[in-house]
Amino acid sequence: MSNLKRFRALEERDINRETFVESWPEAGLMVADSPYDPHPSLRIENGRVVELDGRAEADFDTLDCYIARHGIDLLVAPEVMALDSLTIAHMLADINIPRAVLLRLAAGCTPAKLVDIMRHMNVLEMMNGLAKMRVRRIPANQAHVTNRRENPALLAADAAEAALRGFAELETTVGVARSAPFNALAILVGAQTGRGGVMTQCAVEESLGLRIAMKGLTTYAETLSVYGTEQAFVDGDDSPWSKAFLASAYASRGVKVRFTSGTGSEALMGSAEQRSMLYLEARCLCVTRGAGSQGVQNGSISCIALPESLPGGVRAVLAENLMASMLGLEVASGNDALASHSAIRKSAKLMLQFIPGTDFIFSGYSAVPRKDNMFGGGNFDADDLDDYAVLQRDMQIDGGTRSITEAEAEAIRRRGAQAIQAVYAELGFPDIGDHEVEAAVQAYSSDDMPTRDIVPDLVAADAFLAGDRSMVDVVAALARRGFTDVAEHLLTMGRQRIAGDYLQPAAIFGRDFVVQSAINQPNDYTGPGTGYRVEGARWHEISHIHQAKSPRDFIADRLGSPLESLAGYGNAKRGGSTEVVVAIGPAFGRIMTKTIGGLNHEEVLKAVLTGIAEEGLIGRIVRIWRSSDCAEIGHVGAKLSGSGVSIGIQSRGTSIIHRVDLARLNNLELFSQSPSMTLDTYRAMGRNAARYAAGKMTTPVPVTVDNWARLRLIVKTALLHRRESEEIRDLPPEALRFDWEPEV
Amino acid sequence: MPTYPLYDNEADSLQAASGRALRDVTLDAALDGSLTIDDLQVHRSALLAQADIAKAAGYAQLAQNFARAAELTVVPRTEIIEMYNILRPGRASREELDALSRRLEQHFQAPICAAMVREAAEVYAARGLLRHHDAL
Repeated sequence: MSNLKRFRALEERDINRETFVESWPEAGLMVADSPYDPHPSLRIENGRVVELDGRAEADFDTLDCYIARHGIDLLVAPEVMALDSLTIAHMLADINIPRAVLLRLAAGCTPAKLVDIMRHMNVLEMMNGLAKMRVRRIPANQAHVTNRRENPALLAADAAEAALRGFAELETTVGVARSAPFNALAILVGAQTGRGGVMTQCAVEESLGLRIAMKGLTTYAETLSVYGTEQAFVDGDDSPWSKAFLASAYASRGVKVRFTSGTGSEALMGSAEQRSMLYLEARCLCVTRGAGSQGVQNGSISCIALPESLPGGVRAVLAENLMASMLGLEVASGNDALASHSAIRKSAKLMLQFIPGTDFIFSGYSAVPRKDNMFGGGNFDADDLDDYAVLQRDMQIDGGTRSITEAEAEAIRRRGAQAIQAVYAELGFPDIGDHEVEAAVQAYSSDDMPTRDIVPDLVAADAFLAGDRSMVDVVAALARRGFTDVAEHLLTMGRQRIAGDYLQPAAIFGRDFVVQSAINQPNDYTGPGTGYRVEGARWHEISHIHQAKSPRDFIADRLGSPLESLAGYGNAKRGGSTEVVVAIGPAFGRIMTKTIGGLNHEEVLKAVLTGIAEEGLIGRIVRIWRSSDCAEIGHVGAKLSGSGVSIGIQSRGTSIIHRVDLARLNNLELFSQSPSMTLDTYRAMGRNAARYAAGKMTTPVPVTVDNWARLRLIVKTALLHRRESEEIRDLPPEALRFDWEPEV
Repeated sequence: MPTYPLYDNEADSLQAASGRALRDVTLDAALDGSLTIDDLQVHRSALLAQADIAKAAGYAQLAQNFARAAELTVVPRTEIIEMYNILRPGRASREELDALSRRLEQHFQAPICAAMVREAAEVYAARGLLRHHDAL
């Protein structure tokens, strides 16, 4: 343990629960610029690549072979390989160079060339590049919907809510593989209840995934993993050709495909070949594009803690997102697996994708609590939903979600759970009871769900998978049970499958099943005033988080009718030497009758006058009409005070002890923490003012300092001050009679 | 070239893999039992149209994937999965890969997929990714 108390405090911080190591290139533990990374090179003879990144054709491994044949546009390659990487980096950061120019050039880059371009860029420049290179015009977001108990009612309720919150894609997975068809079904029905057009997937083994997709239960697949070295690829039980074939197999059934790669996977698998993580990722991306995937899920994904343990790890993750977008690939940019114990660190990391906006900012925002997330935790989860909505509102950024009210959530969760209940009943699956539906509506997590016997569910799921029944039967079941709108949404997903529009790059469905992709909605950002701007209805939606209140009636409980005990009687004059003037603001005791801390103005005046009387002096009340400023109120009061000492009080309660010989903005004591003040504080203030007036030695009144008060109450403070300022009149100070005598 | 999105612009000519016209894919059909899952599968012509659209927009490799996918629409599900498994590293001999290529070309009229399998076989042989006792 540290000796220094501050170091001991630092040791306790969340950030120090993480592991940090120095780079070790020989083990592949280096995020970028390994001394063993090759220099960019490309030799083409008779239309054939004979050297790639320093390696001759005879020495090509499978990835080199694949990239040489499918991953590089050989017509552009000579031009771009001859260009200085720094020049291309400039073009990426330059908002005046449109996306299309860079897409064309990047297509001719070797993996080492892509990495060499990144070498020149800092995170700000990369973010600028990513904002321009993102495939789709409007960013979007994906959610994870899973639970440990694999409860169908809860899955459907969570999917319905996630869809209503604006997620464009929902991904589920399984604890037990045999649950796959039912989990896919539950989130399909839930998603189409929440919003028609939300795309869904179930991450399972490939052949099972294909069978589920062919029943119409999923619309996309993104867990087609690729790796940057031959050994890691083979250990993953694939080659670039088998993955390309699988991509075509999915597309042949109308399923959108996204590959998965990310920094750190090769080092984790022990076969990084001394190369940096970023260089290996560049190879993955060239394979991904070559295989004809429309996009990639990258950003280290489940390996994120590994680059984050190394210097520059978060920068490298941004670089891999940017390289993918340069290659025209839709990017689902990570931020999914649990990456940090520290809320500061995880939020800061998110900004690199959130601010530029990516096609999917999260490749899985956990729409469920962390313990129910079956994908490695969920770096942001259901508990963070309000934080995430506020981040969008703060920065006027479209993060792909919207805030909903509790009533909206309750209604859509119930309808989603009831829809899957109806499907189960109609298709003869194990009964989902009303108590399960209600539990799913109310639940925080699967711990709140009643026990459900999983064995009959698995038996029914097996039969469903093996049999002829499909999404068509689900549509009919929903319609027969009165869920016509949900049935129509499911059927429209099926009809869209016939068209295949959503197979195109970065395709999602907006409202009313309007497809948005690289074909009809390509990113056209070229700097201020161009591209997608957060405005109009969407900005209204982002602005209006459910917690936001109207400020118009914010201070209603501080207003009241004028105090009957307080009456004016003409212009105030200067008084005798045994007095302390109590100067109050224009609204005090007439428009406003309580301080910000809820003290009645009448009680405040009594406390102050009592304090003054306790020291044998007299308090005289004067209203200042020409200013609502605390120092000015106090200073004018001091000029009128026979002793030269005054107390100035604003209606919200902020107070000052002033003296006539001091500069206006100086004071004897200032009480700026009005929310923390009590009647005792006001009484002590009165005593001290009287002691100053009598020329006695005086200890300042101790005040409670609450630094959070300003944060909590600043809106109220501003509105109270605004209200008081409205009462300013061009009138001289007014003498007031207070119908009360202190008992001292 | 067909106009994207096909769903909005080419709805009258779109049909499912089964041959059923898109306009006949209705809730009533689902309710009267005349609709099957094959009526909700993509037809090869739609994939070829998407390939043209992708190519024209500069996504050549994606277009090639759609062209392969169009060829694979006629391959039954179980056989597609078998083909995928054969293509995985260390699963097949050179002869088995050649046979797969021939089957794609001759039985399924899938020349692009066949060529891809031939290319894989060539690289697998060079890199030791054929089934082991054959490679030695």
